[in-house]
Amino acid sequence: MTIAKALASATILAACTFGSASAAELVVGFSQIGSESGWRAAETTLTKQQAEQRGIDLKFADAQQKQENQIKAIRSFIAQGVNAILVAPVVATGWDEVLQEAKDAEIPVILLDRTVDSSKDLYLTAVTSDLVHEGNVAGKWLVDTTAGKPCNVVELQGTTGSSPAIDRKKGFEQALSGHDNLKIIRSQTGDFTRTKGKEVMESFLKAEDGGKNICALYAHNDDMAVGAIQAIKEAGLKPGKDILVVSIDAVPDIFQAMAAGEANATVELTPNMAGPAFDALAAYQKDGTAPPKWIQTESKLYTQADEPLKVYEEKKGLGY
Amino acid sequence: MTSFLRLYFNRLLPQLIALGIIVVAVSLVFPGFLNLQIQNGRLYGSLVDILNRGAPVVLLAIGMTVVIATKGIDLSVGAVMAICGATAAAAITSGHSLAATLLITLGVGILCGLWNGVLVAVLDIQPIIATLVLMVAGRGIAQLVTEGAILTFNDPGLIFIGSGSFAGLPMPVVIWLVFGTLVAMLVRRTALGMLIEAVGINRQASTLSGVLTPVLLIVAYVLSGLCAAIAGIIAAADIRGADANNAGLWLELDAILAVVVGGTSLLGGRFSIAASVLGAIIIQAINTGILLSGFPPEFNLIIKAAIIVFILVLQSPRFRTAFAFLVPARGASKPSERAAK
Repeated sequence: MTIAKALASATILAACTFGSASAAELVVGFSQIGSESGWRAAETTLTKQQAEQRGIDLKFADAQQKQENQIKAIRSFIAQGVNAILVAPVVATGWDEVLQEAKDAEIPVILLDRTVDSSKDLYLTAVTSDLVHEGNVAGKWLVDTTAGKPCNVVELQGTTGSSPAIDRKKGFEQALSGHDNLKIIRSQTGDFTRTKGKEVMESFLKAEDGGKNICALYAHNDDMAVGAIQAIKEAGLKPGKDILVVSIDAVPDIFQAMAAGEANATVELTPNMAGPAFDALAAYQKDGTAPPKWIQTESKLYTQADEPLKVYEEKKGLGY
Repeated sequence: MTSFLRLYFNRLLPQLIALGIIVVAVSLVFPGFLNLQIQNGRLYGSLVDILNRGAPVVLLAIGMTVVIATKGIDLSVGAVMAICGATAAAAITSGHSLAATLLITLGVGILCGLWNGVLVAVLDIQPIIATLVLMVAGRGIAQLVTEGAILTFNDPGLIFIGSGSFAGLPMPVVIWLVFGTLVAMLVRRTALGMLIEAVGINRQASTLSGVLTPVLLIVAYVLSGLCAAIAGIIAAADIRGADANNAGLWLELDAILAVVVGGTSLLGGRFSIAASVLGAIIIQAINTGILLSGFPPEFNLIIKAAIIVFILVLQSPRFRTAFAFLVPARGASKPSERAAK
């Protein structure tokens, strides 16, 4: 009994000191998946930067690709009494219990770049990009650029069956529908990697009369495009001129290619998911305005006209 | 000498037939398949692509054959490729000369092989478990080297290894042709090959008859590590960057498959490096064929699996005895085999 009392008073004490601290600054816990890709590393860097800019005290937990680590991290954030929790969920299922715990503790949870299968009232909002829209932006660029001229397109798909591959294909096809001058003549998976992107592009070039039949390449990510650009060069053609290159993600290396005139356009999957999340959180903390359940990040189109070298320098340090 | 050649040919006959069938089948679906032309001073065409793209698996299969002949297996080669690619990229970007970079990278590959070899030969851990350690840990090591990003480089010398050409052939093809011939000569023109087979058939008996079993085992794994290092350099040089997440991913399985398609038993003993190389080329011919044929990507793995099953059935002992009358060459090879000895 005495122990419980002592514990309780300690908690109150802790809560008090905490309370005074949080008046000065917001404390936010961030459970990141791990370091699975360059993009995720950039997301971590940007989240930390954004927190620093806004004077938020960010508590970072790396889950090393394990859900149990993320649940542990969220529980420890709840125990520390943070003001809000950001989670980039590694999988979609199994979050109900821990999200309920956060809700009971009245700590808003914001999901970053991936969603979960839990009831929508268990989290404040989800900040993600729209994969279909990304494909759509890429497709629109090609429609505008070709301006009615006949153009045969080859497509490098992502890993077969993955949601980015399915949705980016869908969005691109939606943008192309109704424009009969554009035809997708070949579509194969390049597994999102440079090696496979190069290998598959080599076979596209062989299969389409040494590349003379191909007028544009659409790659589901920049890495495949970078590989394909090398294949196009080795086949004696000029990427960016003989074959237009449009891809998605906006990783630093594609800006180098754009600066060299070898790639034409890329659609950004922004690693700055935390910015909109913090904005929504600030509004919520201020006067309780609940944000929409889904905040869509901007899918910005970059072309050779957007000073690619400058963007490259900006992006280089983000840990891609 | 002619009897030796005929023996060699007979050994490779099933693989040659399989490769022939695939080439004919693909050229029916895609007529331009057999086209070869000279472009920018190098041969250019789908057939060259097969030899070029197949280079990593061919190299891995060379090392894997020797390991499997000792009744072992090396699951770590894909991860070692990633480590070595990362090492090469890190070394060249930190200002080392090309020669130093290559030496460091090959050294790292040999070190990885040594680790596997010691686990298997000295500590007597089962090969599948011993090499699994590095398979799992290796990719993490590679990521540590590249710090999780794709480490790109612009050194023309290193890039030449991946996409340059020599005597009209892409460099990777030249490398595996030369390296494969060297290894095959080394094991077949000396007693090394026979000793490796002896270890694979009965390790204890070989030890008792005075064969330095632990040394041979370690040498086999070191060779495999060296092969993986060369494959890793080629893979990195090809895309001008080290991709720790994806370089060599699942290639250990392709290498094992190449050895099996080449007709070397996983139970150890008799082996043929030329047959494994052909096996690797068969696998790449299937891959390239699928890409050229224009099927939707959902079918890729199904088609590949169906063709592999077909080839393995062709090679199965049951099938061979049932259709032995169709292949008289194999029966006829036996007397000449005796004559050769």
